[in-house]
Amino acid sequence: MSETSGGVKSVSRRTVLTGAGAVALGAGLPGPWVRRATAQAGQGPLRLGFQVHRTGIGAVYGRWYERTTAAAVKLINEKGGIAGRQVEIVAEDDGTDPKRGGEVVEKLATHHKVDLIFGTLFSHVVIASAPRAGELKIPYLVVSEGYHVASGKLNRYVFQPGITDVRAQVTAVAPWILKNLGKKVTLIFPDYAFGHDHRDFFSKVATAQGGTVRALVPIPPTETSFTKYFPRVPADTEVLYHVMVGPGVLTFVKEMGEHFGAKRPQIFGFVDSLEGVDMASPGLDYLEGTYFWEAFPRYAGPATPAHVRTYRERVGINDNGANVNDPKDVSTASHMFGCWETLFVIKQAVEKSGYKKPSDYKAFIETLEGFQSFAEGLEHPQGPKKFVGRLHQVFGQQLISKVEKRRLAVVHRTAIEDSMYAPEADYTKQPL
Amino acid sequence: MGALVLALTALGLSLVFGVMRIVNVAHGEFFMLGAIVAWYVSTLTGSFLLALLVAPVAVAGVAVLADRFVLRRIGYEPESTIVATIGLLYILQQTVLTTYGPYARPVEAPVYFRVDFPWFGYSGYKLVVAGVAAVLLLVTWMALSRTTLGLQMRATQQDREMAQAFAVPVGRVYTVVFGVGAGLAAAAGALIVPVQQAHYLMGLDALLMSFVVVILGGLGSLRGTLVAAFVVGLSDGAISVLFSPTLAKIVATLLVALVLAVRGRGLFGEELA
Repeated sequence: MSETSGGVKSVSRRTVLTGAGAVALGAGLPGPWVRRATAQAGQGPLRLGFQVHRTGIGAVYGRWYERTTAAAVKLINEKGGIAGRQVEIVAEDDGTDPKRGGEVVEKLATHHKVDLIFGTLFSHVVIASAPRAGELKIPYLVVSEGYHVASGKLNRYVFQPGITDVRAQVTAVAPWILKNLGKKVTLIFPDYAFGHDHRDFFSKVATAQGGTVRALVPIPPTETSFTKYFPRVPADTEVLYHVMVGPGVLTFVKEMGEHFGAKRPQIFGFVDSLEGVDMASPGLDYLEGTYFWEAFPRYAGPATPAHVRTYRERVGINDNGANVNDPKDVSTASHMFGCWETLFVIKQAVEKSGYKKPSDYKAFIETLEGFQSFAEGLEHPQGPKKFVGRLHQVFGQQLISKVEKRRLAVVHRTAIEDSMYAPEADYTKQPL
Repeated sequence: MGALVLALTALGLSLVFGVMRIVNVAHGEFFMLGAIVAWYVSTLTGSFLLALLVAPVAVAGVAVLADRFVLRRIGYEPESTIVATIGLLYILQQTVLTTYGPYARPVEAPVYFRVDFPWFGYSGYKLVVAGVAAVLLLVTWMALSRTTLGLQMRATQQDREMAQAFAVPVGRVYTVVFGVGAGLAAAAGALIVPVQQAHYLMGLDALLMSFVVVILGGLGSLRGTLVAAFVVGLSDGAISVLFSPTLAKIVATLLVALVLAVRGRGLFGEELA
């Protein structure tokens, strides 16, 4: 026994020396490389840091965010790049982990020396990473959805110019729900920031418009079985409002069907739950005839405009919103367009502000804050947008779709104004 | 249903710990792998029954390879095996992520009927799952108490060196136990797919709950594992419905802390020398 431990010791000493040597060598390497990168700042490619959920709970979204980003960058580069510079994406996986998120921001900014960072989705990662971007004073453009940007609790370097926030979505669809589906609503939502946004803003809008929230049913994010929650839905509920993000959604739907059977209330959900999930999956038949919020129609039809068709082809999705090469690989259509639109907003802001290198961040940020609207087209396939500079948040149309023959068919498109609320924050007053 | 599936998963963990005296951190991944294999088999062949047979066998095969090429090499040292199985956990998880992908995919339940109560309904398949799990538990128990292999396992569990002295092929027993442990988890995983979908991160919860059950029931005690699985599974359901799911988890964890403080070896665990 003592012999073995002696052997281990001598090996470990040698290993330590070798390791130290490797570390010294490794530390030496980035030196010249970083200097080269700095020397080239302002010319050569525009380097965009992409914080992506390649692993962890957000991996489905991450995969499609990456595909959409690649497609947008290809298009931008084909058309001559941004301000004449080719765009280069530097992607880093954050594991959908808040702690890692901050580290990724730092690595992209200080090691890779990117010009800007974009692409984060999950709200807990955004909330944890944004302060680091603020400290490092690097623009951080998220594609997240949470109300955290517009609430004013982040900082002047954080923008959300490519996707609308939960508060806007809820504000736009709540009146439709109360008018068309019923006034007594029970909410089922995940028990963390994203779900709480739904709980707070839906309750607020609904009670102001004569509806009543019959019960609030929070569900812990790691839950795998939902049978035990349905008994808490009051019997006189007219509308069941559900938002569930996570791999448990199919179980949720199935168990909802088992619980209510044919005597179900009206059901309104947020498609977030079903992003990346085939509507024709076994067990989802119970959703037939229910309604969903969508940001972007997953299914294309004869009415799909030409620029949307081009966008879909470029990203590589078919008319069912699935990968053209693998019909089982379903996209996250209602979110990923945000990466595409964000990249074109970056293009516009860089070109208009004359941004060349990090010392031009002030001009870049002030130009972006000055934007008022984006027109619908190939650069903004989801639809026209209004941008509120003081909130750093974009506003757009919201869709309500009905599940018919295992597909989502758009039945209502709200106006941009339906989703606007009184702003609470003003980032432009913060120092740069 | 939850309690029986949990018992099946935890039984595998308990068996591996009891006989081999190692903590298998990758146990939850065998559960996950069972679900993934079941998805592949039933999607390719359309037969869930076949999937239910193939999944445990295939996963047991993976486990046997892991035992031969990893655990045996490091001599089943408790500390090294923890690190090695953590590595195994990541390898399995990331392999599934790169091949199968990040999606949560369901399998059509082989039997579907809804049991209707006046005020709510319940899935018939869940009752089937409970039945199959109960049968598997019974079979494992029979195998342990009635067959030569079971005898050898129990002998190894009680005293490894003495068993070796009595010509019990301890090395082979270890391999078989590790395989069977993984197979039990995989069977649980396969059974659960039609209810819960196959997803590459599903192993974590299974591992945590199995640990709770195994610690509560007493490390290495099969009877304890069963009793604890029922206590945890049923209390989790009841407390979640009546109060809140967070409270249910708090109660389960408190129970573990209490058992550890008052009766360190668990409810039914034998005293370790």
